[in-house]
Amino acid sequence: MNDRQTGYVTEDGRQIGDVMLDLRDITLRFGGVEAIKNISFDIREGEIRAIIGPNGAGKSSMLNVISGFYVPQDGSVWFHGKKRAPLKPYQVARQGIARTFQNIALFEGMTVLDNIMTGRLNYTKSGMIAQAIWKGKAEREETENREKVERVIDFLEIQAIRKTPVGRLPYGLKKRVELARALAAEPKLLLLDEPMAGMNVEEKEDMSRFILDVNDEFGTTIALIEHDMGVVMDLSDRVVVMDYGKKIGDGTPDEVRNNQAVIDAYLGVAHDE
Amino acid sequence: MSADFLYGIEVVINGLMAGVMYALVALGFVLIFKASGIFNFAQGVMALFAALTLVGIMEGQVPFAHLINATFGTEIHHFGWHVPALLAIFLTVGVMVVFAWAVQRFLFRHLVGQEPIILFMATIGLAYFLEGVGDLMWGSDIKTLALGLPQGGARWLEDATAGLGGEDFYGFFIDKLDIVATGVAIVLVAGLIAFSQYTKHGRAMRAVADDHQAALSVGISLNFIWILVWSLAGFVALVAGIMWGAKSGVQFSLSLIALKALPVLMLGGFTSIPGAIVGGLIIGVGEKLFEFLIGPMVGGATENWFAYVLALLFLVFRPQGLFGEKIIERV
Amino acid sequence: MLYREAGDYKTSYPADSQTFPIAFDRYRYWVVLAVAFLVIPFFVNDYIVNALLLPFLIYSIAAIGLNILTGYAGQVSLGTGGFMAVGAYACYKLMTAFPDVNILIHVVLAGGVTAAVGTAFGLPSLRIKGFYLAVATLAAQFFLVWLFNKVAWFYNYSASGQISAPERTVLGIAVTGPNTPAWASYLVCLVFVTICALIARNLTRGAMGRQWMAIRDMDIAAEIIGVNPLKAKLTAFAVSSFFVGVSGALFFAVYLGAVEVGEAFGINKSFLVLFMIIIGGLGSIFGAFAGAAFLVTLPVFLKLIGVDLLGWPTDLVAHLQLVVVGLLIMFFLVKEPHGLAHLWRLAKEKLRLWPFPH
Repeated sequence: MNDRQTGYVTEDGRQIGDVMLDLRDITLRFGGVEAIKNISFDIREGEIRAIIGPNGAGKSSMLNVISGFYVPQDGSVWFHGKKRAPLKPYQVARQGIARTFQNIALFEGMTVLDNIMTGRLNYTKSGMIAQAIWKGKAEREETENREKVERVIDFLEIQAIRKTPVGRLPYGLKKRVELARALAAEPKLLLLDEPMAGMNVEEKEDMSRFILDVNDEFGTTIALIEHDMGVVMDLSDRVVVMDYGKKIGDGTPDEVRNNQAVIDAYLGVAHDE
Repeated sequence: MSADFLYGIEVVINGLMAGVMYALVALGFVLIFKASGIFNFAQGVMALFAALTLVGIMEGQVPFAHLINATFGTEIHHFGWHVPALLAIFLTVGVMVVFAWAVQRFLFRHLVGQEPIILFMATIGLAYFLEGVGDLMWGSDIKTLALGLPQGGARWLEDATAGLGGEDFYGFFIDKLDIVATGVAIVLVAGLIAFSQYTKHGRAMRAVADDHQAALSVGISLNFIWILVWSLAGFVALVAGIMWGAKSGVQFSLSLIALKALPVLMLGGFTSIPGAIVGGLIIGVGEKLFEFLIGPMVGGATENWFAYVLALLFLVFRPQGLFGEKIIERV
Repeated sequence: MLYREAGDYKTSYPADSQTFPIAFDRYRYWVVLAVAFLVIPFFVNDYIVNALLLPFLIYSIAAIGLNILTGYAGQVSLGTGGFMAVGAYACYKLMTAFPDVNILIHVVLAGGVTAAVGTAFGLPSLRIKGFYLAVATLAAQFFLVWLFNKVAWFYNYSASGQISAPERTVLGIAVTGPNTPAWASYLVCLVFVTICALIARNLTRGAMGRQWMAIRDMDIAAEIIGVNPLKAKLTAFAVSSFFVGVSGALFFAVYLGAVEVGEAFGINKSFLVLFMIIIGGLGSIFGAFAGAAFLVTLPVFLKLIGVDLLGWPTDLVAHLQLVVVGLLIMFFLVKEPHGLAHLWRLAKEKLRLWPFPH
């Protein structure tokens, strides 16, 4: 499946396009520890791509490589067919890659609205003087950004907590606000690091619905890390399986489910629990 | 050897001695920082306060005499007795222990889990408070510390080395007090290391420094350890206060000199005792040499800022300090 | 008129993000401005202006500046005194070099010079964080004070090593120098405070402020969502230093008139302004005013009680003041880390719902 040269059509009839992000032979070391060992996989336009694996398999490190937060010692990242020079994380964000974090990384001192508005920072073009005077372009931009953000707020159904300081929110809502912040950036590629960790069934269902809707309505390509196998199998088009920094499987949920290496390394362990 | 070169060497030696003094103050910072993550800006004022208290006790001053006199119109100043130096030192240590307890009980117990920068600002408040209390208790006039420590240049060294240079060289001039201070510092460091390696409380202290949660879970009382390190830091401050005080009198500028321990720590890393010592020596030598070589060209008094600028430049290239470990950031 | 938001519907996003969303606050703001500009100047005397109003206004500007850097962008600076000195000396050099140019322009330019210097000293902030940076800013403090002390060019080779402000006029009325009427110096400072507060408010409620706060709250996450940390930090240093520079220029030219750098802009000044924003409230423009007002009145108040009422010697009161300030700092950090501004907000929230709190 991952060797396919062109796009494909999913079971539910969505058209998956060309390769958007291509990771080639990525190796990442911390001192003597190899967190990622020579991993390659791609993410196609319009796809929901899952990365799974036991704790410590290197999944989050992989997302951090994509975000530009970690610079791999070997290998290259190709985005839209072009090899990506080593970029700073904020430059990666400007290329249209947004993300959420495993341990919620919201700005605790700010309101929900301000947090989501930070997602629009890359669309602010007015200079400091203009902002200081708060007239003309600066004010117009602020209003435009606010409109975009309000749409995201409506979409994620968090109107009521708009002006609440983020610190006061319960866990599940924080996760949703973090998703809102990422969505406000109107990303081409959205990275979700365990979007459902620590949630109850109801919250997971809500979150799953949001993820599918985002993909469906905005055509956003999504890569997500998740531990809940049911969720992964339901949501994703293709799955990468990692263990101890190595890739041990890659394919559709069905292919992965029947892959002996994956069963041994991962699902077997999961069943024992 | 030319006289200039020899004077240069003298500058280096004096710089090393000054560095020992800085390291002495820096030690107190490291103790507290390792155990509690608090960057104690008040360490310098603690040295001043300890020295003031020591002088006050030795001379039998009535604490808060000014305040009492102003309030009740009395005219008391001294009890009229003199306390022997050794006993006074013990009493001062006692005062510092009480101070450590109070700081823990009334300040940091309420700030557990706060961000480091908040704790840091709290210690700035503490510094102001302690300075005010010190002045109120003992008065703000400059006091001399008469502990009978040797003063003046070491003549024998001067005579012995006078022959090294030509006619222009009169031998190395080194303050006897500096030599004593170096000795005391070595003993103090050895004592602290022995304490932390070989005693039960020392091991507990290191455990706390490593991991608060883990230390708690094996039954170590964090509160006790924190009072202990603040007491130790108070003791180190007293020693530093005695040395600095004997050198330049017990006065407010002492706490400013002690601020120099900050750049020392930035060089040496906040958690490393050897780092504090090496950092102290680098700063001491660096600022004396800079003043000797460059100072005359730019108007002198470069010692005011050299240490800070050096530390600043150094940190830009090596943010973790000389001995700190490389920081791996995570999200 | 009641303090209510009910019935005050917002029909546009700009209306919702305005400075005072509640109508009553808006009216009060205009009333305060009107009183400050149109009433107070007619009733002031030298004592009130020099002991209270000028220091309050000038420190407010410095506190707004430091609050942008520390309260909004999360970078603690202990170099405020040094940067105020830059503003003062830049203003002095400009005043003496271009006597024909309006003094108000000089003050603004002095702010600009300080912004440049502040940005240069802010460069290490990209690699140094937290109290490492705080200590690093001490380098600016000590170096700048030393520089203005040692390099005679800065004080025009005057024998005393001091700088003193020559008389300059605005619309024919002296605003610097010994012949300045109290109300004139008050008005000059008031104009600057008003403009500075407006600029600060606009910057902090918009994209720039969100960038700063994002860096403050979680710098790594901020970078990953697209904030350029270098740019965010340096703009914070620049804007902050601009305000601090303006306040330094006013402190020298309008308030003191003559200045010796070590005395006027020493490390204690840095602490004083830092204390103002801790007590007033980190990350709040109102807090900068509250903190400045508090710490300007406190010594006057203590002196009134201690010296005038109880007849204590002044040095005793000065020591007591250290104790009180230190205690207050610790108290606020323990009990109310968001400062007076937060107490004010709480009071307003209560008032908004009064008398039916549920």
